[in-house]
Amino acid sequence: MNLLPVEVTALLYLAVAVCFILALKGLSSPRTARRGNLIGAGGAALAVVIVFLSTRLENVPAILIAIAVGAAVAAPIARGVHMTQMPQLVALFNGVGGGAAALVAILELAAHDGAWTRAAVVFTMVVGAVSFAGSGVTVAKLQELMTTRPVIFSGMRWMMSAVVVALLVAAVLVTVTGNVVWATVLLLLGLAGGVLLVLPVGGADVPIVISLLNAFTGLAVAASGIVLDNVLLLVAGTLVGASGTILTRAMAAAMGRGVAGIMFGAFRGGSTAGSGTLSERPVRSSGAEDVAVMLGYAQRVVIVPGYGLAVSQGQHTVAELAETLEARGVEVSFAIHPVAGRMPGHMNVLLAEANVPYESLREMAEVNPEFRNMDVALVVGANDVVNPAAKTSPGSPIYGMPILEVADAAQVVFLKRSMRPGFAGIENELLYSPQTTLLFGDAKESLTRVLGAVKAL
Amino acid sequence: MDLPALLTVVVLSVFVGFEVVSKVTSTLHTPLMSGANAIHGIILIGAILVAGQATEPLPLGLALLAVLLATVNLVGGFVVTDRMLHMFRGRDQARQADRDPGA
Repeated sequence: MNLLPVEVTALLYLAVAVCFILALKGLSSPRTARRGNLIGAGGAALAVVIVFLSTRLENVPAILIAIAVGAAVAAPIARGVHMTQMPQLVALFNGVGGGAAALVAILELAAHDGAWTRAAVVFTMVVGAVSFAGSGVTVAKLQELMTTRPVIFSGMRWMMSAVVVALLVAAVLVTVTGNVVWATVLLLLGLAGGVLLVLPVGGADVPIVISLLNAFTGLAVAASGIVLDNVLLLVAGTLVGASGTILTRAMAAAMGRGVAGIMFGAFRGGSTAGSGTLSERPVRSSGAEDVAVMLGYAQRVVIVPGYGLAVSQGQHTVAELAETLEARGVEVSFAIHPVAGRMPGHMNVLLAEANVPYESLREMAEVNPEFRNMDVALVVGANDVVNPAAKTSPGSPIYGMPILEVADAAQVVFLKRSMRPGFAGIENELLYSPQTTLLFGDAKESLTRVLGAVKAL
Repeated sequence: MDLPALLTVVVLSVFVGFEVVSKVTSTLHTPLMSGANAIHGIILIGAILVAGQATEPLPLGLALLAVLLATVNLVGGFVVTDRMLHMFRGRDQARQADRDPGA
């Protein structure tokens, strides 16, 4: 159909772009976030209607069926996924978006003979393919279909260099000739590049890679906007590219590391592995009843949730513990490290799922000066993010990473599975401090026992 | 679009992206990633355009696959973001939800 004049189409696309900006802007406060997201979704729906009304399209029934199937597949997955599996779902959706962008690009190749647009096509193909394959590997890592440790084999650096060189050669050839065979080679090289890029990244750093690949897909979409002469794709893709870049840098900063160090750190070796040796020094451990007494008779308790809580799915139990303590007159707050959980802000989502009101959640900068007024800091399945070595020992791999200063609290209780060090593979001096009590076991089981003991007080 | 107009749009979009995202609290970083992810699903528009121009079976098949993947990205992204954001409620609303779990 050709119902809409070009000018009207352009204005409507502008309105959709504004919807997307409002969707991102809404996220500046939890109160406006949901409305913003709905505006974004409404904008996307409008854009789909516009494209059908403004362009003469063949194969409309087939297209509508493909859309219906896609929606029918995606919506139940998005509704049913566990909140703890959010990172792999975001990676999955990002990967299919990148794949779609690469497919659109290769189909556009034949239709364009200008070198300028062909360069944009080539860019989209490479970035889309890298994002697709890279996201696939991150999904496999997060879903534990493969090891979450960095994967490095001998000759990997050499192989990576070879792929990059071949990629550049193929990119130039496709730009100059527009040959479909070379384009297919380019696509395959992009896929190989995506796999090689993500393999050496360790489990804790994978979320940062997801954010980076998310930005990549945004750029691929922006480039296809140039190819298709569509301002909406250009604006939306650039928005995501820019915001994804900022978010990636913010996350890396929260871990005290550079983005380059995360992507290529494993090649250099050493820093991510750590020593992993266990000391023979004594620690003070106790039972759930003792911990319950400490918590139940305190005035102010701060709970520090971490990765261990996320994997044991103990967020509902910790929320109930907080509520039970508050019913006893204890003031309870949650101190959230920006990278607690499996991706930045993930812990906030998990606690929100367990109905912990966001007024109780304290961000790092806000809570750090308050630790000295706390009677008990209850650390649940976190280790590296509270390790004072990040401030005190310049030789440590995590030196410089911003931490929650739980060492300032009068007493510290660690719920830990074992004395095994955390992700960074380094010991936490705080575990051996006289103010510290350890309660060993699975985070959720320990919380359940403590909760029962508090109720029995 | 000619090159100067194109560059204008790109540069302004970069600034808007930086500006908007730098105001997002770290509490909402996961929904932000997921929301931005949903937005690039708008490649669906591009997929529909190439599918609507395809005349031979192979290009059409690939284009329809692109339509399907892009729809998964777009619909799934917005739905899961909405679900996450639905959980961020104030103290009063959370209490109310506890009393009335069906809501």
